[in-house]
Amino acid sequence: MQLYEHTAAELSRMLQSREVSSVEVVRSFLERIDQVDSYLKAFITQTPVTALDTAGEIDSGRMRGENLHPLAGVPVAIKDNISTMDLRTTCASRILENYIPPFDATAAAAVKRAGMPILGKTNLDEFAMGSSTENSAFFPTRNPWDPQRVPGGSSGGSAVAVAAGMAPLALGSDTGGSIRQPASLCGVTGLRPTYGRVSRYGLVAFASSLDQIGTVSLNAFDCALLLNLVAGHDPLDSTSLPGAVPDYTAGLEPGTKGLRVGVISYSSTEGFDPEVTETVQKAAALLEEHGAEVGEVSLSLTDYGLSAYYLIAPSEASSNLGRYDGIRYGYSAAGDNIETMFSRTRGEGFGPEVKRRVMIGTYALSAGYYDAYYLKAMQVRTLIRREYEKAFKKFDLLLGAASPTPAFKIGEKIGDPLQMYLSDVCNITDSLAGVPSLAVPGGFHSSGLPLGLQLTARPLQEQLLLKTARFFEAYRGQVSLRPGLEFIEKGGGSSAV
Amino acid sequence: MPVDFGKEVDYVAHLARLSLEPEEKECLAGQLSEILETARRIQELDTAGVEPTSHVTELPAVLRDDSVRPSLPLNRALQNVPQREKSFVKVPRITASELEQD
Repeated sequence: MQLYEHTAAELSRMLQSREVSSVEVVRSFLERIDQVDSYLKAFITQTPVTALDTAGEIDSGRMRGENLHPLAGVPVAIKDNISTMDLRTTCASRILENYIPPFDATAAAAVKRAGMPILGKTNLDEFAMGSSTENSAFFPTRNPWDPQRVPGGSSGGSAVAVAAGMAPLALGSDTGGSIRQPASLCGVTGLRPTYGRVSRYGLVAFASSLDQIGTVSLNAFDCALLLNLVAGHDPLDSTSLPGAVPDYTAGLEPGTKGLRVGVISYSSTEGFDPEVTETVQKAAALLEEHGAEVGEVSLSLTDYGLSAYYLIAPSEASSNLGRYDGIRYGYSAAGDNIETMFSRTRGEGFGPEVKRRVMIGTYALSAGYYDAYYLKAMQVRTLIRREYEKAFKKFDLLLGAASPTPAFKIGEKIGDPLQMYLSDVCNITDSLAGVPSLAVPGGFHSSGLPLGLQLTARPLQEQLLLKTARFFEAYRGQVSLRPGLEFIEKGGGSSAV
Repeated sequence: MPVDFGKEVDYVAHLARLSLEPEEKECLAGQLSEILETARRIQELDTAGVEPTSHVTELPAVLRDDSVRPSLPLNRALQNVPQREKSFVKVPRITASELEQD
């Protein structure tokens, strides 16, 4: 077994017992990246030199007997919309192609403080707007289970890095499903924590009332390790939640007795693959078999939630992206007056999906339309929160699919924005309600592609999500959760798409 | 009622300070009509008297203590500026029309 095949917890244990050095671990992941990433394209920027430097420092510290963090020496990949000091942070946009942050995001600083070597910055849909990573201005990322398919998005690079053994852990961001949907499509575990649980400071803003940094990992325990590191109040983010952070690795023994589980029944399952629905039902039956009280919960506003989301998120985006004017940072077009300079900078710097959302948002916020679109959408958001509050009176946990379909083909939905938006239908209402939500592998489609379950709990109940994910992991059996990547070894890949 | 975005594209692009090519405008007009038509479905819901949710945390607005703390040095803060002169950010002339009137 190669070092890159281990979970973060195993690597942490092997490092602490000095069975291996961090330099050896990092080398193994770098070799794996060299072997597969020219094909999968999970990384926008690779940082082998600084990763090995950090690993070397951690190894020397350990030899000197320093008291190190459990994740010290365990490498990590970071989505390229999380600011890293002196390391290019592009948001997969031409407008930030050469942007070098002069500061670290709080989450990136936490990773560095713990001594985790950073392997690089991962690909995403431009400014995290998309569900397939095809909206990256640089290149699409391929799904390691089938190179002709998308990895999901927007955190597609982070999901692929973990799924293909290029990083044991990754940070992502989730606005309307951007961690959970790609985790589901790539067969890994992805957590969107409660809104405010992880500081957003230094996360390049898309829709501030929805954006949340979260984790991508191979299992729930690894997720807990990384969440321990990044969760908590931050004076630099006034929307981060005060209060103590529990040890998320504690109390994870799988236990489902008496757990009240609501299986989500959607108002419409149009566009749902029948095998997805079947996988959810099987998971519900398994919970029931092990002592959980399983019932049905109707989230009747899901479709309206999707509509509300595609007004609220673009509205906030159109305001947040006002900062890209070519003056203080980023791409700058020439113009003989300031208005021409602004318009040309933005017209040339933004890609099609970003332009679409800026246009929708500007329209929804403009005089005469504000009440009918933006205000109404915010009222619908209140109705959705109420529907969740009602559901959580009866149930401790909601169970559903993390994506209506397995991974779709590259190019299949890119020309039809509405179809693409529908691929987030399972994820969006959790985001609007601000509750924590976890995608965990649930099985395989008959095509061989992974399918994800989505678990949702009350605010700050991340531990319940992780505990239940551990339950599913325990019953997963001996099925390999790693893609084979034979297409790369055979060398037949380059003509696949 | 279908939303005709064709007439609105130029105006909204101007508000958003986005220069668009003619083909982009045409493509956007169709796509935005379709997206907004779907989005309008929320009109079916009765929201009379429902408070809007702009944010899910119920945290009060907080102010930090008014104390001096380190900030980015000037050179760091300006390191990404496309057009710079010494410690200034260079921008195209903004007051041209006023000057010409003098």
